[in-house]
Amino acid sequence: MKYNVTIGLEMHCEISNTKSKVFSMAKNSYSEIANSNISPVDMAFPGVLPTVNKECVRLSLMMSEILHCKQPEYMYFERKNYYYPDLPKGYQITQNTPPIPVGMDGYLDIEREDGSTFKVEIDNIHLEEDSASMNHLYDTSTLDYNRAGVPLLELVTKPCLHSADDAVAFLEYMRAIYQYCDISEADSKKGQIRCDVNVSISENEELGTKVEMKNVNSFSNVRDTINYEIKRQTELIQAGRKEEIVQETRRYDEESGTTVRMREKVDAIDYRYFVEPNIPKYKITKEWLEEIKKSIPELPYERKAKYIKEYNLSPYDAGILIKEKAIADYFEKCIQEKIEPKTAANWIITHILGFLYKKEISIEEFYLTPNHLFTITEAIKNGTISSKQGKELFQYTLELEKDPTVIMKEKHMLQISDETTLTSIIEEILNENQEQINMYHNGKTNMFDYFVGQVMKKTKGQANPVMVKEILTAKLKN
Amino acid sequence: MNKGIVELHELLKSGKVTSEELVKESLKKAHEIQEKTNAFVTIIDEAEPVKVTDELLSGIPYGVKDNYSTKGILSTGSSNTLKNYVPFFTATSVENLEKKGAVAIGKTTLDEFGMGGTGTTAHTGIVRNPWDYNRMCAGSSSGSAASVAAGVYPYALGSDTGDSIRKPAAYCGIVGYKPTYGMISRYGLFPFASSLDHCGVLSRSVEDAAIVVDAMKGIDPKDMTTWDSKDIHLYETLKKEVKGKKLFYLKDVCDIENYPDANEELKEHLENFHKTLKKCEELGMTVEGVSMDEKLLNALPSVYVVISCAEATSNMSNLTGFIFGTRGEGKTYEEMMKDYRTKGFSPLIKRRFIIGSYVLQKENQEKYFKNAQRVRRLIVDQMKEFFQKYDGFIMPVGSGPAKLLEGQEDMIKSDTTILEEHLQIGNFGGFPSITIPNGFINDLPVGINITGNCYQDENILSIAYALENKMNYKGQTAPEVTK
Repeated sequence: MKYNVTIGLEMHCEISNTKSKVFSMAKNSYSEIANSNISPVDMAFPGVLPTVNKECVRLSLMMSEILHCKQPEYMYFERKNYYYPDLPKGYQITQNTPPIPVGMDGYLDIEREDGSTFKVEIDNIHLEEDSASMNHLYDTSTLDYNRAGVPLLELVTKPCLHSADDAVAFLEYMRAIYQYCDISEADSKKGQIRCDVNVSISENEELGTKVEMKNVNSFSNVRDTINYEIKRQTELIQAGRKEEIVQETRRYDEESGTTVRMREKVDAIDYRYFVEPNIPKYKITKEWLEEIKKSIPELPYERKAKYIKEYNLSPYDAGILIKEKAIADYFEKCIQEKIEPKTAANWIITHILGFLYKKEISIEEFYLTPNHLFTITEAIKNGTISSKQGKELFQYTLELEKDPTVIMKEKHMLQISDETTLTSIIEEILNENQEQINMYHNGKTNMFDYFVGQVMKKTKGQANPVMVKEILTAKLKN
Repeated sequence: MNKGIVELHELLKSGKVTSEELVKESLKKAHEIQEKTNAFVTIIDEAEPVKVTDELLSGIPYGVKDNYSTKGILSTGSSNTLKNYVPFFTATSVENLEKKGAVAIGKTTLDEFGMGGTGTTAHTGIVRNPWDYNRMCAGSSSGSAASVAAGVYPYALGSDTGDSIRKPAAYCGIVGYKPTYGMISRYGLFPFASSLDHCGVLSRSVEDAAIVVDAMKGIDPKDMTTWDSKDIHLYETLKKEVKGKKLFYLKDVCDIENYPDANEELKEHLENFHKTLKKCEELGMTVEGVSMDEKLLNALPSVYVVISCAEATSNMSNLTGFIFGTRGEGKTYEEMMKDYRTKGFSPLIKRRFIIGSYVLQKENQEKYFKNAQRVRRLIVDQMKEFFQKYDGFIMPVGSGPAKLLEGQEDMIKSDTTILEEHLQIGNFGGFPSITIPNGFINDLPVGINITGNCYQDENILSIAYALENKMNYKGQTAPEVTK
């Protein structure tokens, strides 16, 4: 029997592109050196006060607009009170009660890889501060306050998703939006993205018991978590142990690929929310909202549509290119370099992305520039080198980290396209292979390829294959 | 040291006295009164004289309540939790005074974190009133009031969440002024209840209070609740004409007929209040008695308790002993934190934390916290309505002079709660509010309070200034120490 699966997501994304933190003047920057980007405010020394970073509010409202949310008339914040060592003040400044959040009741349309679409309903998006990061060692724990006070946008969907693939497609697209709007690097390796996942399954139309998985830190783990939970809960129902599915908080254990119980009854904690008295509420003007709306940059799906329409790319290829802004930017730079769009797309998708993935580097760290790629594709197009040589040149450029023009010279990679030279080489080969010519004329037409091979062998692959074929055809007719 | 700021400044400028001499004298007096009053948590013996400039405050000593963060100087909030805490940054308002050349010579004792009105809950013990050592100073700015009244220096900083500047000022026969909310930055003031907390000053004259607040105030990028007050000049506008100004008071609360079992003190206190009102009229002001909804008035103390405790519980959650303070003992972080907080806080504070937590709980919040906020709004709206018609709200402070520390037999059977608590209205609305001495009962000083609408600080101070000049209590110090 198939069950109805319902999934809700909470996506936390750090705003990484502001100069200072959300409520303090400390630098907002990822640092490997612990406790280097901190201020007395982040550490809650007696007498400090929060001050709101207006740029964070602007970026939050921009996200709110993109998600088709309703914005509040006034901006203010609340305190969420609880004790934990990673929370120096003993409360987190956040936005909880409607209508406070920067965005409420929105939606986003998502395109699947097969071209179909689905709607994700957004419950709310709100601005808050991150906590310090903790590292638990054998018999001690360390605290790094660099992250304390870093601006964080928490997006909460309604329970409206029904498969792990859809959930991940939504998250990937959200990540792309954050990058496109220059709000966040959205790098999960730096802990900038963290997700909570709710899964429930049910035999009928009503929602089943909600099980929550906290702090899932990569999209592939989100996929695995959801699929594992569906399997676990389905098996429990089928085994007649439905009562064992309880409302609880679990965590995803990467090693075993399973989820493990953390605590029961998620609603048991009373955070005693109240309005932060140190931040006076202020009106969000229509003019400001209008200004923010206008400043929304080109979004990933807009680029995708452009790639399909203007550059004739397939929806699939366009979809891959836009996933990461840096890749899409690279692609557009290639086009500025006058590389033919389809050629650029092919190179990026078949060669560059694979290389980045294998080396675990980002496109920013990638040596080969769009200009280098232009040199390579242009050489192939002009027939200066063969496409096989083109691939070699691509590899050499990355290995040697040298300009491909220089490499072509050093490696003598110029294709032989001179007709006289090619004709003399071909004549020489034909003279040496009279027997094979007879076989060819007697109907063994595949001998043609043998002659091409011989030419390539003699020229170490540098002969222009198109010209070789032309000359050979002409010669063999005689 | 029993002189006012302007006079001291002139002496300094003319070279008749040096900043060094003033600092020495001030420190000497601080030590003299410390044994008897316990006004100080720290006497800054290493305080350095400052070059005298044209700034009125330059070279002149002053005191700082110990809940102001002062860089390199112990700042305890009079709490065991911070008994060894030496901050590495200075409160904005103190920094502003430093820029003008003011010399801090002591950190004064308060009720633990300002959460008390008696001056008896500091971790270093009880603060005694220099007019009578058997009496309290009230609180929480107890040490500041005691030291200013004793003539250690012309002024000391206070903070005021319910009446913490204005009541001790009355009990010690001096001036206590808290300006409009947000005029002085709270950055660096240990918070009690953020929406009610005010910085301010205790001095021996309205003029000195004006000079000091002129120096302390100003918009601060570190405190979002501050506003630009550069067009407000308190000292320059003191002598503004008060003729034609309209004052009001709560008729029923100040009517002795409504206290059938009143003792002599209360009788004299209210009688004296009405005498002062006469003086206002002599100054050309009109004074009218008004009535206010009794339900609202009776709600004052509970509204105050609910809001202040709720905010305090949250504000003091940073006191865990992990980042600062002496770390507690225990195997887990919970145990360490519990140990630190259990040992560090006095029972009174713990009681307030429990109230604060209780009223914020999901099931109680609507009934207590949200309702308290609503009633606060109603009270403030009512006051603002009065301020449409009147320039100032004038009331007696408390129900008489300073109470005995021990053996205070409450002779009054009548309920004097409103008399004792009405100053909280000034905190609910963030109104400017000043207490000045207006007489003596049994050789003990009593005070009167004037409160005005927000941003009307200049008007309120000019009224207080005129009234002060009509009476004989300006610049007075407690007799014991001046001898």
